[in-house]
Amino acid sequence: MPAESGEKGPGPARRFIIAWTRGVSVFFVPVLAVFTALLIGAVVIWTSGHDVLAAYRGLIEGSLGSPRAIAETLVLLTPYTLAGLAVALGFRCGLFNIGAEGQFYIGALFSVIVGFGLHGLPAYVHLPLAMLAGAFGGALWGAIPGLLKAKIGAHEVINTIMMNYIGVRIVEYLVKNQLLDPTSSLDRTRYILPTAELPRLIPGFRLHAGFILALIAVFVVFWLLWKTTTGFEIRSVGANPTAAKAAGMSITKNFVLAMTFSGLLAGLAGTGEVLGLNHNLPAAFVSGYGFDSIAIALIAKSHPFGVMPAAFLWGALRNGAGLMQVRAGISVDLINIIQALVIMFVAADEIIRWLYRLKPKEEITEVVFTRGWGH
Amino acid sequence: MALALSMRGISKAFPGVQANDQIDFDLERGEIHALLGENGAGKTTLMNILYGLYRADAGQIYLNGQEVHIATPSDAIAHGIGMVHQHFMLVPVFTVTENIMLGVESTRYGFFLNREQGGQRIRDISEEYGLEVDPEAYIKDIPVGIQQRVEIIKALYRQADILILDEPTSVLTPQEAEELFEIMRSLSAQGKSIIFITHKLKEVFAVADRITVLRDGRVVGTTTPDKATEAMLAEMMVGREVILTVEKEDPKVGEVVLEVEDLWVEDDRGLPVVNGVSFQVKGGEILGIAGVQGNGQTELVEALTGLRSPARGRVRILGADTTHASPREILEKGVGHIPEDRHKHGMVLSYPIADNLVLSTYYQAPFAHGIVIDGKAIDENGRKLIAEFDIRTPSEYASAGTLSGGNQQKLIVAREFSRPIKLLISAQPTRGLDVGSIEFIHQKLIERRDAGTAVLLVSVELDEVMALSDRIAVIYEGQIVETVLAAEATREGLGLLMAGARKESTIAR
Repeated sequence: MPAESGEKGPGPARRFIIAWTRGVSVFFVPVLAVFTALLIGAVVIWTSGHDVLAAYRGLIEGSLGSPRAIAETLVLLTPYTLAGLAVALGFRCGLFNIGAEGQFYIGALFSVIVGFGLHGLPAYVHLPLAMLAGAFGGALWGAIPGLLKAKIGAHEVINTIMMNYIGVRIVEYLVKNQLLDPTSSLDRTRYILPTAELPRLIPGFRLHAGFILALIAVFVVFWLLWKTTTGFEIRSVGANPTAAKAAGMSITKNFVLAMTFSGLLAGLAGTGEVLGLNHNLPAAFVSGYGFDSIAIALIAKSHPFGVMPAAFLWGALRNGAGLMQVRAGISVDLINIIQALVIMFVAADEIIRWLYRLKPKEEITEVVFTRGWGH
Repeated sequence: MALALSMRGISKAFPGVQANDQIDFDLERGEIHALLGENGAGKTTLMNILYGLYRADAGQIYLNGQEVHIATPSDAIAHGIGMVHQHFMLVPVFTVTENIMLGVESTRYGFFLNREQGGQRIRDISEEYGLEVDPEAYIKDIPVGIQQRVEIIKALYRQADILILDEPTSVLTPQEAEELFEIMRSLSAQGKSIIFITHKLKEVFAVADRITVLRDGRVVGTTTPDKATEAMLAEMMVGREVILTVEKEDPKVGEVVLEVEDLWVEDDRGLPVVNGVSFQVKGGEILGIAGVQGNGQTELVEALTGLRSPARGRVRILGADTTHASPREILEKGVGHIPEDRHKHGMVLSYPIADNLVLSTYYQAPFAHGIVIDGKAIDENGRKLIAEFDIRTPSEYASAGTLSGGNQQKLIVAREFSRPIKLLISAQPTRGLDVGSIEFIHQKLIERRDAGTAVLLVSVELDEVMALSDRIAVIYEGQIVETVLAAEATREGLGLLMAGARKESTIAR
């Protein structure tokens, strides 16, 4: 039997089953991780003397219980998706882009400048220009550590962290000085012109066209990674740089490209927040999306199609936290604990496999999250 | 003699492969029992079951007549089974003693390491079995052959009575292998039972008491060295008659394809390792580079393929200067490269086979139009090459990491030969492969040569260089000591050249 099976291979039906079980197990672990984290969260709530059912009912109602709750969850999902895609794309090239936060800020900065700075343009010119500017800003902020890595081998983890500080402080400085709106008592820029605003999707709700952009980005990133030669190179360099080099690919070029694309996506996340929600950029602009996006990329196993569900989960947890707090009188910090547990269980998926007696993985994992120093 | 171990009806299936199918295996006390088979025959799977790394789907294991259940390596160790893996499990920055004690430390007050006590036991074991080591030496400072001894002592330290040696000679020089055999004999004389996994026929005759041959997960037969011949064992392993020598016609030599002139190359530490090498390879001939591992072959090949920039000198391929060209520029000149380390430079293990087959051509028609990849064309090409090169796999979507070593090498050969190449740079093309795969790859190399391709063959296997080459250049300490016609070369003469002796004094015909 072995010799024959080696030559013929499985039929389409069996091939489908193999792919399906593999897909299910990839999908199952994160779902079980979430379930387990919620279970432990329940124990925490219960031991602290609160009502578990009320808390979780609040969490669900707050995130999904009404059209408005759902819309708000999707509002949060939007930047999570774009920034999550950014980090996932970096992982695919073997790069750990911790700099999504800084790229997010610079993207927001560039788009707000174009948003309030250019006058007399029709919306169909102004809005794309503002978005392009944001994308460019993020791409620039990603490309710098990419270039540093390619040219002098400086590790991207260190440099993206540094670029975060630089980016966040530049934004704060400019907003408090050159870009300050003199007519406002708050430290913020002027409002962008209506021609640069991302339109709201449903009247009366804050959900904006950035959501559509995020949805498109999921498919574009998938297409880029799996359907283009550029993506083939990025993934090859990520999975085995020495073999990629021997096959004629340029490792350095792909590092720069991947960091640029990654920064571009994170920049778009910031752009969406400014053009779709805030319509200005406050100095006290607090995001955190850039950091949460690392968790989202991890849960998604760096697959674009996993990013949006993971972003949805993150958005729902964040959005439902408020009502949970009101209903059961527990701290929002519990949500942080649950999120941390989810990350932990996904990252250490052996725990979940052991808990639920899932088959150990025999396949080689496809993604190298990051490499050691100075290879 | 009493049975130390008896495995009955062991079966184990992996997705798409029946790795072990109703295997019966007996090991007598004090016996060296060779487990022979091609890569992928199920030898390592069977031993991993015995060592508790895999769980069998069916079957029983008896030790000294008692049925045992081995679920983890600790169970195996508790039952007196020790395994020396192909890739050593040692901590390079620890000493020999520390490595051996790791996990079973002798302690003082239950906390502080008692190195003296451990060191004494290690010295006792070394003396008893003739396993010389320096207990204070750091693993990173000792040669591979000695590291292997440390692994054996590690097993003995854990009171192993049954030792599993998984392809122990694949990392050793011939001299080191001979020393290992000596140790094995001494161990068996003292009552230890040894399972010796190998695919090298010569070794079986050198050391084994009994031989069990596996093929496609089944036992083909058990025999003893005095009743068997090499040809017979090869046939049992492969399932058909095997030609152990390579037949080839006289070369039809064409124009110069590769021209290397006074090439100097440095290694990663900046030390000169290739020192002024010059040679030519013409179309239709195989130039073999013979030499002991570590005499600059790796860096020479890297320089020729664009993976390393030479310090000085000149490389020309078909007249064009490629001294500092990129790997892609060189590949596009019509150069095929079978790299020395197939996992490092040859493939992306997590990629499907089909993707690996276009790893260097993915951007060209018909696999891509502009930047858009044509998945159908890539899969089509994959199916075609899998059939043509007999790569054993359930499908072109399976990842390259699921293939056996021989099939991975076939994948690389298939990829390189599917391009129109004028020069083939082939480094250690059959390292770690089984008889069937070696035969296949040798045939393919000869086919290429006969088709007019210039072939540079770099190999540390002297037999291979002698069997395939038309001319042989011997490399020693980064220099070509001598170039001889293969027809006029002798094993002894080449061996002396490889050890650094000059021709004038050594090759007396």
